[in-house]
Amino acid sequence: MIAFFRQVLVVTVKDLRAELRTKEAVNASLAFALVILLMFSFAFDPLEETTREISGGLLWIVFAFAGTLVLNRSFAREQPNDCLDALIAAPISGAALFLGKALANYVLVLAVELVALPVFGIFYGVHWTAQFPQLMLVLLLGAWALTVVGTIFSALTVNIRLREVMLPMLTYPILVPALMGAMQLTAGLVNGKPISGDTVSWLKMLIGFDVIFTAVSLVLVETVLVG
Amino acid sequence: MSAVAVDGVWKFYGDYPALRDVRLSAEPGCCLALIGRNGAGKTTLLRIIAGFSRPGRGHVRIFGQEPRETSTRARMGFIGHGISVYDELSALENLILFGKLYSLPDPRRSAMEWLERTGLERVRNGLVREFSRGMRQRLAVARAFLHDPGVLLLDEPFTALDDRAIAVLQRLLREALAARKTIVMSTHQLREALELASHVALLTRGQVSFHGPATPEMVADPGYVYARYGEAG
Repeated sequence: MIAFFRQVLVVTVKDLRAELRTKEAVNASLAFALVILLMFSFAFDPLEETTREISGGLLWIVFAFAGTLVLNRSFAREQPNDCLDALIAAPISGAALFLGKALANYVLVLAVELVALPVFGIFYGVHWTAQFPQLMLVLLLGAWALTVVGTIFSALTVNIRLREVMLPMLTYPILVPALMGAMQLTAGLVNGKPISGDTVSWLKMLIGFDVIFTAVSLVLVETVLVG
Repeated sequence: MSAVAVDGVWKFYGDYPALRDVRLSAEPGCCLALIGRNGAGKTTLLRIIAGFSRPGRGHVRIFGQEPRETSTRARMGFIGHGISVYDELSALENLILFGKLYSLPDPRRSAMEWLERTGLERVRNGLVREFSRGMRQRLAVARAFLHDPGVLLLDEPFTALDDRAIAVLQRLLREALAARKTIVMSTHQLREALELASHVALLTRGQVSFHGPATPEMVADPGYVYARYGEAG
């Protein structure tokens, strides 16, 4: 088990190091997130009550689109020199490879979210720090849902010519339950309402989604990579 | 027990059979040259032997085990069409990465040793993206040999190599054969391959049309195999 997590860590560090040297995915994702937040702030009057109500949805639309830019690069990064062959040939399980890549993606997606969140707070005039610990919990769970589904489909679409188009087309329909949960929870939290009553069921669903899709991805990744 | 055993392997791309009932074996210490025209199925067969792809029918065994077994993968080295090293990492970082993935006891020491053996020790901290083509290819060779594999699978290993990289690779392959490692290589460059090969397999449209020891006639005239056993023969 220790060897498994050591291999996971090796893959994660490798991906993060490669990304930090090029910054191609993070820069694109961050720029995209900030531009969309700015455009939404012009499109929707931040002082309107309805805007506050849909603010959680707007935020997660931004996270989902920006996150896809990070996730698209995950397995595509392995293509230029056929590096994926070397990883598949190495004596590590598909699960370790998947988990290593997913963790690296998670760090990058969270970094983008954590930069975008204060900007969102400023543009929309919401009290996003009022329920900060709970908001962080939702961000962590929502980001993992996005990451785990995006990473497995990044592996699936790596050899497809139009993978940049295919990845969001495949991931967004599957992510609907997780995004709905994250949106509902975030909308309340950024307006200062804690998770309670009806919203607890959304939280449970988000946790369930994360557990199920992580398990399914770990089981399927070997088939996805080798056929 | 054969080091590599291919038994009745078929591979279909849609309805098209890229490999048809391929049966081959390579014993420890044997160098098998897989030859054939473009599209004959050499790369497909090598990828199945390496475990990158599963056969439609039949099976492959490496020292009696499935290629996808973790312990089998630890005993295989592969050089494909790409160099399979990361442009964003340095030569040393690349080899340490693969050393860790292969659970070598001291990845840094192994990496340094192979950088030295392939003449890359002076540029060990340089990013691969800044390397010349020949240096990148020598690094690919170092990556494949790093974990001292018992079976080496090489897909067109001499294609586009510069003179120095060819010399490095040939020296390492001779040393590997002397240490009773098994080499399976697909190639178009028959002259270089037949200098090393103890056995030859000719693939014709996905089928093995010849499999046997390399003979003096083959070494003297690389076209002999095609003329005698190929479609023209």
